[in-house]
Amino acid sequence: MASEQPTYEELIKGLWRENPVFIQLLGLCPALAVTNSAINALAMGAATTFVLVGSSLLVSSLRSLIPKQVRITTFIIVIATFVTVADFTLQALAPVVHKELGAFIALIVVNCLILGRQEAFASRHSQRPALADALGMSLGFSFALFLLGAIREILGSGSLFGVSLFGPDFEPWVIMILPPGGFITLGLLLGVFAWFKEHRERASQQAALDTGERRAA
Amino acid sequence: MLPEIDFAGLLWIFVAASVVNNFTLSYFLGLCPFLGVSGRIETALRMGMANIFVLLVTSLCASLLNTFVLPHAPYLRLLAFIVVIASTVQFVEMAIKKLSPALFRALGIFLPLITTNCAILGLALFQTNKQYGFIEGIVFALGAGCGLTLALVLMAGIREENELATIPEALKGAAMSFLVAGILSMAFMGFAGLFSATS
Repeated sequence: MASEQPTYEELIKGLWRENPVFIQLLGLCPALAVTNSAINALAMGAATTFVLVGSSLLVSSLRSLIPKQVRITTFIIVIATFVTVADFTLQALAPVVHKELGAFIALIVVNCLILGRQEAFASRHSQRPALADALGMSLGFSFALFLLGAIREILGSGSLFGVSLFGPDFEPWVIMILPPGGFITLGLLLGVFAWFKEHRERASQQAALDTGERRAA
Repeated sequence: MLPEIDFAGLLWIFVAASVVNNFTLSYFLGLCPFLGVSGRIETALRMGMANIFVLLVTSLCASLLNTFVLPHAPYLRLLAFIVVIASTVQFVEMAIKKLSPALFRALGIFLPLITTNCAILGLALFQTNKQYGFIEGIVFALGAGCGLTLALVLMAGIREENELATIPEALKGAAMSFLVAGILSMAFMGFAGLFSATS
């Protein structure tokens, strides 16, 4: 199977190397707004996954039929349709979560990540790579949301998925589940990732230097 | 036609939308321009102006849709908002280009870009959820726009200063912007006291 390798590559690139939130800084509005608890973050991740996979499949199937001039409008309409479906489904199945997320489910329509994937990938590839790309990107997005949500919930309410972790003595950092906590958590996470990257680069440079010196000696 | 206008109520809507529930700093709406064009104060100000303008048009469209179209087909809400707002902004942009080239240059490339900004759709949705009427909607849009502009300009000012400061290597760029935004957002939380003090 010659096409197996690239498909796999499309799938995993979204998880880390091109992670939508941490590397590309896309879809930040939901990433910060709904991550005040792990469960909300997961619900948002699931809804985004549904919309992204659905629209990527549809756009890639219709890609030869969509006129180039109106492609953005077409993408938006496809995305808005899937979001409407997700919105009503969530309202029927999990009314509590739907209420918590509020208008942010509807706001998936303007998540730049989804429109970006349609324009950059789904409209130029056949269904299988498009599906792999959409799955990878949405898993990466959900992972980032979950990480932010878990950190903020653990520090801000002392619990994870509503289960108390530290007992009654823990003084919760209420600021973490409020809006400033979102900005600060993401800022610090980005800083930590950048620090690791710098560290690894310096280590590999040092290693290259060492071997060079040894060779010279 | 005009009902009695409750000025105190309108003032509260304006204050709530502009500082207490600032779109960028407490709802995280419109983060892309917030991080993208907040490099210089002048650009930030123009972006803010363009935003206020589009928000007003949006509010107008949303009120009309809510009154005349959506009661018949509530499931079309998202689609209608997106399509109508995008095309109206495009139309208004063409009109401005013809009527006032100076204004067009001032608003510039930002106009079409703003349409896909989450603040715009967010405004239409919040306005619907809160069941604002026509005038309340306009005031809400004005407040939200002023709030966005304020946040953009503050952020741009801080970032201009930050360029001269020594920042740890790992925090340069986006990470630092988020930390600054977090602190700004914390400062804006102080305005929430306005409501608890009076009610």
